[in-house]
Amino acid sequence: MPDFISITEQPIDYSATTERVRSNECGAVVLFMGTVREMTGGRQTVALDYEAYPEMAQQTLQQLITETRAQWPVHAIAIEHRVGHLSLGEISVAIAVSSPHRKEAFEAGRFLIDRLKEIVPIWKKENWSDGTTEWEHPEIKTK
Amino acid sequence: MTVQQIQVRLFARARELAAQEWIPVAMAEGKTVADLRRALSEQYPQLESLSGQLLIAVDNAYAGENQVLNERQEVACFPPVSGG
Repeated sequence: MPDFISITEQPIDYSATTERVRSNECGAVVLFMGTVREMTGGRQTVALDYEAYPEMAQQTLQQLITETRAQWPVHAIAIEHRVGHLSLGEISVAIAVSSPHRKEAFEAGRFLIDRLKEIVPIWKKENWSDGTTEWEHPEIKTK
Repeated sequence: MTVQQIQVRLFARARELAAQEWIPVAMAEGKTVADLRRALSEQYPQLESLSGQLLIAVDNAYAGENQVLNERQEVACFPPVSGG
């Protein structure tokens, strides 16, 4: 089954993401979703803006799939990341993994979201409730 | 010594600090990613608050400090990623 990667401005249909990996060969499907959270460190978010370097994001996501398949015998992987302006509760990322048994699907799904956050060139900007905005760049304290 | 103009694509806070998506960086031929960092801080002091943290990619892959640059490559520069 072909793996699937998408960087999209459209809302993520997580049912469709999940269906992409389902198979009669599999006893397990794990879906991870990242959603826009309201409170971070006591500050209130009203929205997030996501920006991607689309060509490189596509390539690094493909690299993640290769790394995953080298470690776990998963059946199929689907990764979708949203870009643009997202309101509270909206889905920023969905990762679906299927495998014959649950252990591999859980472990591969955890690895995929952790690695995505490390290497895929996508950035989020906080829109705080006080009207200010702030790029979230790990390791950089701009304020 | 031939000087080339490397077009560097910026993202996120780097793009906002420079107030443009593409910046030309003048560099001699045969120079490396490490040299690009020095050229960026000399030619674009507005990126100073990110310097030391900026990541450099060449042709859609993270670049090593010793990689040699030329005008035909796609060079990008951005802060640590925060997707997900």
